Amino acid sequence: MTQRIAVLVEHLEGQPTDVTFELLGLARRIANTDGASVQAYLFGERVGHLAESLPADSVTVVEHSALHHLAPEPTARVLAALLPADLPRLLLVPNTSLGMDVAAWVAAALEWPLVAYCQALEHRGSRLVATAQLFGGKILADVTLDERPTVIAALAGAFAADAVNPGAPGKIERRDAPAELAALRTRSVVLERPEAADVDITRAEKIVAVGRGIESKDNLELAEQVAQALGAVLAASRPLVDAGWLPRSRQVGKSGLKVKPKLYFALGISGAPEHLEGMKDAELIIAVNKDPKAPIFGVADYGAVADLFEVSEALLERLEG
Amino acid sequence: MDPSLKKVAEVWERETAIVEGMDISGPWNRMFGQRVIWDYSPDLIEEIAQLPGAESFAWCYQCGKCVPVCPVDVVGDYGPRKLYRRAQTGINLLDSPDLWLCTTCANCLRVCPKLVDMVQIMPAAREHAMLTGRAIPAELQEALENTAIYGNPLGQPARKREAWVKDAGVPVPILHQIQRPVEWLWWVECYPSYHPRGIDASIALARIFNALGLDFAILGREEKCAGDSQRLAGERGLFEMLAEENIRTLAKYEFRHIVVTDPHALNAFRKHYPKLGGQYDVWHYTTLLARELPKLQPLLTKSLPYRVTFHDPCYLGRHNGEYDAPRQLIQALPGVEFVEMLRCRENSYCCGGGGGGMWLDSFAAGHQRRRLSEERVLEAVSTGADTLVVCCPYEVSRFEDAAKSTGVEGRLRVRDIAELLAEAMGLIGEDAA
Amino acid sequence: MTIVVVMEQVPDVVEELAIAPSGTDLDRDAVSYVLNEYDDHALEEALLLAEASGDEVVAVGIDTTGELDQTLYTALAKGARRAIKLTGDFEGTWLSTRAAARLLVPVIQELGPRLVLTGVQAPDDLDGQLAPTLAALLGWPHASVVIGSELVDGVVQVRKELWGGITMTLELELPAVLGVQAARQAPRYVPISRVRQVMREASIETREVEAPDGLVPAVTTLRVPEQAGRAEILTGSPAEIADRIIELLRARGLL
Repeated sequence: MTQRIAVLVEHLEGQPTDVTFELLGLARRIANTDGASVQAYLFGERVGHLAESLPADSVTVVEHSALHHLAPEPTARVLAALLPADLPRLLLVPNTSLGMDVAAWVAAALEWPLVAYCQALEHRGSRLVATAQLFGGKILADVTLDERPTVIAALAGAFAADAVNPGAPGKIERRDAPAELAALRTRSVVLERPEAADVDITRAEKIVAVGRGIESKDNLELAEQVAQALGAVLAASRPLVDAGWLPRSRQVGKSGLKVKPKLYFALGISGAPEHLEGMKDAELIIAVNKDPKAPIFGVADYGAVADLFEVSEALLERLEG
Repeated sequence: MDPSLKKVAEVWERETAIVEGMDISGPWNRMFGQRVIWDYSPDLIEEIAQLPGAESFAWCYQCGKCVPVCPVDVVGDYGPRKLYRRAQTGINLLDSPDLWLCTTCANCLRVCPKLVDMVQIMPAAREHAMLTGRAIPAELQEALENTAIYGNPLGQPARKREAWVKDAGVPVPILHQIQRPVEWLWWVECYPSYHPRGIDASIALARIFNALGLDFAILGREEKCAGDSQRLAGERGLFEMLAEENIRTLAKYEFRHIVVTDPHALNAFRKHYPKLGGQYDVWHYTTLLARELPKLQPLLTKSLPYRVTFHDPCYLGRHNGEYDAPRQLIQALPGVEFVEMLRCRENSYCCGGGGGGMWLDSFAAGHQRRRLSEERVLEAVSTGADTLVVCCPYEVSRFEDAAKSTGVEGRLRVRDIAELLAEAMGLIGEDAA
Repeated sequence: MTIVVVMEQVPDVVEELAIAPSGTDLDRDAVSYVLNEYDDHALEEALLLAEASGDEVVAVGIDTTGELDQTLYTALAKGARRAIKLTGDFEGTWLSTRAAARLLVPVIQELGPRLVLTGVQAPDDLDGQLAPTLAALLGWPHASVVIGSELVDGVVQVRKELWGGITMTLELELPAVLGVQAARQAPRYVPISRVRQVMREASIETREVEAPDGLVPAVTTLRVPEQAGRAEILTGSPAEIADRIIELLRARGLL
C-alpha cells in the first residue's frame, strides 16, 4: 500500500480556507518525493460537493450535523476514530484556532508525535525534518521525524498553495459517521460574524499599522494623521485592539485579518509571529521601530531604527506641506 | 413673602448688651437658635481618615488655600479641599478618578493651615483601593507589574540596565566588575539607564564626573528601581520589596556616599530606606556639582548663548529643600542668561510625573484641559526663554513631548543641567541631545 | 465546586535567548522566567467564573524553574483558594506538553473540578497546546482560543475566537477544559503587600511526583532564525528617513 500524506480540510461557511490549499500543496510536495499519495479528510454537515475542488488523490468525506462548524470535540473524535486504521505517514492540520484544538487532542489520544507551529517541512536525506517557530519567533526548533505516523500543526501562510493536479479530482470515499458522534458532550455550536466593519482593511491598498510602540491611546491621532496623509487606512496589532483602542475589524494577524496591501507601513510593531502571519505578503513593507532586533525587520523591505513619533512628524510635515 | 425663602426659627437680640465696655445692643448681638448643621454624612471622609497615614484627611476645614496652588486644579478641577467636599456629598474618593490625579507635589501642604498631608493620604488611599480589589488604570498597572518583574517600570531586561555605559565614551566603573571601594556610588535609576533622553543626561554626567576626577562607580544590572513613585502610587509592598533588595545589594559594596540622578531616589533614600535599615549619606548630583564648583568653574570654557529658565523638581525642591544648587550651576554657565518663571522655588509648578503620574499620562490627560507638562512649557516660553533646564529624569521626555504637543518645540529646547554643563565643558556637542 | 487553573512559568521572550551547548535546549542559566501571559488570563477568567458561581479556584503548577512559588502566591493573593505545586526531578528542564499533561491528570482527577482552565498556548509548547492535550487524556470536551465563558445550568458556554472577529459559541457539558486566549477583562492587579501578606499566612501544597516518560520534547537542534536581514535599513535623522520613505512611495506610484 502506498503511504499517504493526510490533510484535515478546514472550511468556514462552505468554503475551504486558504490554509487548506497551503497544506495540500505541502502534502503534494512531500508525497511526490516519497512516492506517496495525498489524502484529504473532509468533515462537515453538507460538504461533499467541496471534495471535487480539492487537489488530493483521495478525499475521505464524513458528513454529520455535529461536524457542521468543525467544533473541537466532534472533529477530533472522528479523526481519532479513522486514523488508527488509515495510518497515514503524516497528518497535516492547520495550527489555527480550529486546527490546534484537533491536532493536539488527536496526537495525545493516539500517542502520536506532534510538531506544532511548523513553518517548514522538508526532506534532509532520507529523513523528514519539521521546523517549528518557538519563543515568540526568536528560536527555531528542527525536529527529525521518526518512522511513526506524526501530526504536524502547520502555520497558516508558511507554505505555498501550488495546485499540482487541480484538474483531476481524486477518488471520493464516503464514510459513515463513527459511533463516537452519538455520545458527544459538545452541543449548540453557533458562528457569529462581527458587526459590519467600519473599514474593510483586507481591501485597503495602503495600510498604516500601529503596535505597542505607540505607547498610549492619545498617540493614535498622530498615526491616523499619517494614514490620512498617505491615503491609507489605520490598522493595529492585537495588543492595541485588546486594549480597546481600535475595533477588532482593524486587527491584523493570526486572530485578526490577513491583509495583502500594496503598502504596509508598520509603526512600533515588533512583529510577533502571530502578527507577521497576517501581513507578510504585503507588496511593500516599511517598518519603523526603536529595537534593531525587532522581528518585523525580518519581513520588511525597508526598515528604520528610529523613534516612530519623530519619523511620523517628519512625514506629516512633508506630506501636508 | 417669597414662598421659597424659609423662615429662620428663632432669632434673639438683646435690647441692651455691653461686653467689655463695648455697647453691642440690638442687631450687633443677634443670635440664631441652636440648630443642627451636620447636613452631610462624614462616613466617606472617615473611610479615608481611618487608614494609617491618612488621618489628616479629616482635618480639612474647607478654607480653600490649597486649591489655587494645586497644579492639577490649574488644568482641571481638583485640590484637597474639593476632595473633602466631594466625600461629604457622597463621592467616594476610592472609586473616583480623583484618586489617581494627585501628583503628591506637596504644594498644598505648604499652604495648609491644618497640615492636611496629601503626600501621605494619597498612597494610603490608593493602597486601600488596590487591596479592596478596585481596578487601577491600565497604564499604571503595567508599570507596576513591570517593576515587580524587571525592577524597572519600563519593562526592560535587568541586564540592559548598564548597556548605556558602552556609549559613554569615558570609563564608568561597575561595582560587580571592579570589586573595590569607591567614594561615590552613583545611583543612576531607571529612566537615566533606559530612556534615550535619560541616557543622554547620564552620558553627560559620566563625562563631568570623569573630568572632575571623581572616584565613582555604578551598580549596573544589580540596581533596581528605588521605588519611591511606586510607593506614592499606592504600592507600599512593591516599594518595600525593592528597598529590601537594594539594601541587600548595597551592603555588598564599600562606598562613602551615594549620588543620585533622580530626586525621587533621593527622597526614598533620605526618608524611607532608613526605616527599612538602609542608612546612607545621599546627595543629588546638582548638590554635589555645586559643591565642586570651584573645580568645575574653570572647566566651563564654552559660552552658551542661551536664555534659560529652570523648573524645580517637586522632589528636589519642596520635598527635600534644595533650590539653590541647580541655580548656582546655571549661573556658572558662561554666556547664559537666566530668567525665573513666575511659579518657581517653593511655589514651583509640577511636571505631572510624580506620585505615579509618570504612568498615568493618558488617564490624567483624559481628566484635564491640558497636561501639567504642557502648562509648564507654555509658562517657560512666556518668559522668553529658549531653553528649559531640568534636573529630574522624568522631565526631559515629559517636557519635550509637551513642547511638541503644544507646538512650541521649535522655540524651546529642554536640557538636563548635566547636558548644559557638559556642553559648556566641550564634552558634548550642542546637538548631542 | 472547583475550578482548576493550570499555571506555567516560561522563558521571558523579552530577554535575549541563547541556545545551550547541547543544541537542544535554551541556555537555562541565562533565561529569566515569567508567568505565561495566557495563564494569567486563564486565572482571571477562572476568578470571574468563580465569583459568579461560588466555586473555589485551585491553582496548580509544575515547578520546572524553582521559582513557581511567586506565581502561586500571586494567584492566592488574587483570590485562588488553594495552590498546589508539583515538584520532581525536572527542575531546569524543558517539559514537553505531553509530559506536563501526564503529571497533571492525576491531580485534576483527584480534585474533581467542573472546569480546567489554562492559557491557550505557551512560547515553548512544541508538541502542542496543553488544553486540548489535557482534554484528550481526561476524555472531557474542550475549546481553545477562548475569549469569554459562562457557567449556565450545568454547562459552560464558551466563546472561541476564530479569526477576523468571527467567533464560535459552544456549549460544553461539564467537566470541560478551556484554553484561554483573553479573559473577559484584563487580569486584575494585586498589590505586592497583599502577596507578601499571603506569603506569611497561606501555604502552597507541594506534591513530589515521578518524572514521566517523554519528559522533554524531541528536538534535534535549536537555532536562531537567520535575521532575515531582508529589510534595507534607512539611516539618518528622522527627517532624512521621512524623505527616503516618501521617495520610495513616489517611485512605486503609491503617492
